[in-house]
Amino acid sequence: MVSPVPLLPGDDRARYVSRSGGHRRPRIGVVKFASCDGCQLTLLDLEDELLAIAERVDLVEFAEATSRRSSGPFDVLFVEGSISTPDQAAEILRLRAVTRRLVTIGACATAGGIQAIRNWFDHDEVRASVYPEPEFVESLATVRPVADFVAVDAELRGCPISPAQLREFLVALVTGRRPQLPDEAVCLECKRRGVVCVAVARGVPCLGPVTRTGCGALCPAYGRGCYGCFGPRESANTASLATWFGDDRSAGDVARLFAGFTAWSGPFRAVVDSHGGPPGVRPAEIPAAPDRAGGDRSEAPDA
Amino acid sequence: MHDTDTLATPTGDLDLDVAGLTRVEGEGSLRLRVRDGVVEEAHLEIFEAPRYFERLVVGRAPDEVIDIVARICGICPVAYQMTAVHAFEAALGVEIDPRTRALRRLLYCGEWIESHALHVYLLHLPDFLGYHSAIELAADHRDEVAAGLALKKAGNEIVGLVGGRAIHPVSVRVGGFSRVFRRSEIAALREPLEHALAIAEATVHLVAGLEPPAFSREARLVALRHPSEYPMNEGRIVSTDGLDIAATAWPTEFRERQVAWSHALQSRGHDERPYLLGPSSRITLAGDRLHPLAATALARTGLADEIRTNPYRSIVARAVELVDAVAEALDIVDRYEPPTDPATAWRAGPGLAAWATEAPRGLIFHSYDLDERGLVEHARIVPPTSQNQAAIEADLAAFAPRVLDRPRAEATHRIEQLIRSYDPCISCATHFLELEVEDVR
Repeated sequence: MVSPVPLLPGDDRARYVSRSGGHRRPRIGVVKFASCDGCQLTLLDLEDELLAIAERVDLVEFAEATSRRSSGPFDVLFVEGSISTPDQAAEILRLRAVTRRLVTIGACATAGGIQAIRNWFDHDEVRASVYPEPEFVESLATVRPVADFVAVDAELRGCPISPAQLREFLVALVTGRRPQLPDEAVCLECKRRGVVCVAVARGVPCLGPVTRTGCGALCPAYGRGCYGCFGPRESANTASLATWFGDDRSAGDVARLFAGFTAWSGPFRAVVDSHGGPPGVRPAEIPAAPDRAGGDRSEAPDA
Repeated sequence: MHDTDTLATPTGDLDLDVAGLTRVEGEGSLRLRVRDGVVEEAHLEIFEAPRYFERLVVGRAPDEVIDIVARICGICPVAYQMTAVHAFEAALGVEIDPRTRALRRLLYCGEWIESHALHVYLLHLPDFLGYHSAIELAADHRDEVAAGLALKKAGNEIVGLVGGRAIHPVSVRVGGFSRVFRRSEIAALREPLEHALAIAEATVHLVAGLEPPAFSREARLVALRHPSEYPMNEGRIVSTDGLDIAATAWPTEFRERQVAWSHALQSRGHDERPYLLGPSSRITLAGDRLHPLAATALARTGLADEIRTNPYRSIVARAVELVDAVAEALDIVDRYEPPTDPATAWRAGPGLAAWATEAPRGLIFHSYDLDERGLVEHARIVPPTSQNQAAIEADLAAFAPRVLDRPRAEATHRIEQLIRSYDPCISCATHFLELEVEDVR
């Protein structure tokens, strides 16, 4: 995962001002890889702002919403989905080359998404479990976040992304300022909202202490534990939380808690690895070594 | 090739090549093979990257499955959650509070409204009016597009409240919900829904006046049918040729098979016949169960027969269902009483969990084998678009000959519009649409 960077510093802003002094609208693209379409749908879900946004940017590529197509160049490209096929791996490299600011949106693009759970499984077995003739199905042995392949300039987390964060990001984009995207734990949001701690009060396992907010502490406010869909906050001490959970649960059930929509992000993956892998892993697939990072990198094409 | 050329060569062969089909959810392509004016092959190719959900849920507990299967589709996550939760409750003998059942139906209505409004206004309407997108449409018809967005927003407000957020809701749990909703919270939906009802009724009027391409065929239509409700959370599977079976019997009547041109498994009846699901099928097979306001709106159009025979009229069926879902949501809001507990207590255990519901795009079937610990051993998830693939291909094969002599741009547009009229959700089915016609000279 990457830290948010200033999206449009001063020099970028200048690019949108033409010689005559008029402003050029930034060319925006929205593309997807392996994903559910939910994060790009969040843009269409800004019902009150969509038409105003469309007047301030030039939405040149957004296949779900318009028949006009563009293969680039893009001032800003929003990328949904994880990279899971050879074609996608090639396409993200092409897109990076024609994009000034590449922004990953959602848990799939930023962390691999739920489909990255299969990274713990045997690829051939997974294909054969769903498709009678797996040889017709093209997929890479592992599902990985976009940042494993190309440089990423900014990211919006979440499964799905937060409409409020997307709105903030777009406003920052058109006004040329740095977006305000907090990196703090869901726990702080709970305290601010006055939500009773589900872990302390009811003993419900909750990933709030190690998960970045952005959802508004949604799950605790709805009476259940956080399942980590915005991924780890900075310096997340997942090992400590796992120990705390482990007091009254099996290793498999601790792994289960971290093996969700951002399971492949480093701090969560470490817990899943050290607790025998995610649910559904076959005995032969249980990782021998806790750290798999080295092996994954070697599979990525040169970026 | 120029736009003024006709689609087919003078000898009746086809050499059309059009880049990606847009305004659908996900990615796919279409391959038409025509020789001497006869369609030899019409393939809907779905190559969205497979995500192997049936394998991902193995080893998971029912409540985890409800969270995971939502991610199959960002447009209709509630359909996946509803189908799974009802399946688990049936298998484990969990009786839910009738007040909870009403809330589930309210949540599902919210998704229908959001999904149908998205399709009618943002994806399909631009086709009929000659625009590339709703954003371009809004430049000339801002009030209409703004009204459509307000309608969509009303659906999202329901899902946002009852589900916690508009996409990938968090509240649905086996036995009920993760929390109880106060009467005042639910009552707050009344005002946006009243506004939405007026828009939905105007939408029916608007889309009934659109001119569809002339096309008529008798497809085998399949939908759920319920003794007293418009089909949504439950019902028996019925068809226009007399099928009437329990929803759990889906595997005995239909089968899935893999074809080389698709990452979605295609479904057909055991007699190999394709079948079509969705709004037009539901209106045809359960129109007598529509909310009175929706029944009136449908009757005013006088298009019930055309909805059955012309796929381009699906936009009218979708608009009538918008009235139905908004009207029913209003009724549920008005009668709402909070259940005593958020969820009924239940015990994990073994069983075969199977259920079907009506997603916005049509019947969706799930089955899960639960082991002794109550964890999923094997899963089967059959979304509507994969079931519709074969019927879409049959309709394309029937329609294509009508446009072979049309200018290329117009013919291509009509074919794309036909595909969009089924509201294919390729992310659900697996993936991608790209129009490609092979030259077989």
